[in-house]
Amino acid sequence: MRRERIVNAALAVLLLGFPLWAYWAGEPFLITLATRAAILALAGVGLNLALGTGGLVSLGHAAFFGAGGYAMGVLAWHAQMYAPMNIAGFEIAGTKSMPVIWLVAVLTGALLASLIGALSLRSSGVYFIMLTLAFGQMAYYFAISWPAYGGEDGLSIYVRNGFPGLNTLDPIQFFLLAYAVLMAVIWFMARLQVSPFGLALAAARQSPARVQAVGIGVFRLRLVAFVISGAITALAGAMFADLNRFISPTMLNWHTSGELIVIVVLGGVARLYGPVAGAILLVTLEHVLGGFSDFWQIWLGLGLLAVVLFARGGLVGALAGRAVAHD
Amino acid sequence: MTAPLLDLRGVTALYGSSQALFGVDLTVEAGQVTALMGRNGMGKTTTIRTICRLLPNRAGEVFLDGHELSGLPPHRVARMGVGLVPEGRRCFAPLTVRENLTAAARPGAWGLDRVVGLFPRLGERMAQRAGTLSGGEQQMLAIGRALMTNPRLLILDEATEGLAPTVRAEIWQAIGTLKRESGLGILLVDKSLRELSAVADSAVILDKGRSVWAGRIEELSPDLAASWLGV
Repeated sequence: MRRERIVNAALAVLLLGFPLWAYWAGEPFLITLATRAAILALAGVGLNLALGTGGLVSLGHAAFFGAGGYAMGVLAWHAQMYAPMNIAGFEIAGTKSMPVIWLVAVLTGALLASLIGALSLRSSGVYFIMLTLAFGQMAYYFAISWPAYGGEDGLSIYVRNGFPGLNTLDPIQFFLLAYAVLMAVIWFMARLQVSPFGLALAAARQSPARVQAVGIGVFRLRLVAFVISGAITALAGAMFADLNRFISPTMLNWHTSGELIVIVVLGGVARLYGPVAGAILLVTLEHVLGGFSDFWQIWLGLGLLAVVLFARGGLVGALAGRAVAHD
Repeated sequence: MTAPLLDLRGVTALYGSSQALFGVDLTVEAGQVTALMGRNGMGKTTTIRTICRLLPNRAGEVFLDGHELSGLPPHRVARMGVGLVPEGRRCFAPLTVRENLTAAARPGAWGLDRVVGLFPRLGERMAQRAGTLSGGEQQMLAIGRALMTNPRLLILDEATEGLAPTVRAEIWQAIGTLKRESGLGILLVDKSLRELSAVADSAVILDKGRSVWAGRIEELSPDLAASWLGV
């Protein structure tokens, strides 16, 4: 456990130190890359609760990521166009305030996850995977056929949303904001994993029947975990859309779900800092290998194969050794 | 007259299309120990699974303190006060001892301190993963985990099976302590007639999925034991 804490601390310092160095060196693009890694890590942390701790292999988390993105896009678009939304006869103004957008994104993600979870969690194994994939793709095709918000072309947001006291257009300030949110969510996850709820969730992954025999309803337990997971992934989606100042149905595509799973598997399933390691690795490979070849995903695929075959604990597992992640 | 803590009336159950229980009648009184006996394959574990609703009963009724359990999901039965120590111990291997106990905890008289008071060895192993404990320690943990749910009825399925004699003695001693000090109703499945006789108040014998004898344990004659249990 001590080794894992050292690895975790090193990852946290690396993710913070690299963009600070880039700021000092005058390389804003590298700061943006680090911000991308921090936001993808946040989405991975959300998925890791369902996939790692709960053992729920979801191929539909792009729906929550995209829902967060669209929550940001819709609110910001109405604000920049000075055109209020009309919902059931009520006129609601858009907003450029990040805290408000984040709140809406989290609530949207939680609501969507509760609907998808309530229907999908009645099955298990490959059926659960297929159901989450189907719901995710439904959300994707819905976004494609939603012309009011760009349809297949997506929607551009001209100015990044604001956060009180910060200039979010400054790359380093936006990175520090994303980093702070990531660390706060990781702290929350660390507390959650050692709580009776987190322990029961981990136990249910091993034996649902035994967990039921001690008086814990497995369906509700997993549904709550799925909703928390979806809400965190939606928050990451809102921040990701703000980073790019662009939303499109691609955020909802199953490729995005796959990418989030790759992040978790590369870094270490059920490891607290696994998604951080996975996101850093993925963004680095994307940037470095992408510079050599358009087919850089082949090398990523080989790397993923190596992790699955030789390092089941992912990068964190390889560095910290075999251990439970909830300590 | 108050209702028994646990009352099974004509319970039948199936595994798929194979019938395993053909009519089981059984009662457990609060504060008393009932032994559920029978040769291998006679339906003892199936009866326990049916009480806990891990297997639905096809016919008959199961009452806990006068409340019908049929139709409830397993976790609701556990919340109503049925604590199960399953056969083969079955702790949550990747979790530590403390985590195993905490995950199951519900408010009541039983907490970590009281469980450690009953099994001091668990106190020395709190940070150790359950999968690395000895068989006896895992059994103590399984009992402790069931107690942490603060049950009214404790069901122990083969609690001493495969354990060293000294560890078995510790487990039997703990069951005796529970009987004297906790006021729990206890339903016990075990193969050791001598130890069961020392701790149980009453017994029920199962044969081919039916309850064929029930009474005070001291009324169980050697002839009956030889006939139904093969001892």
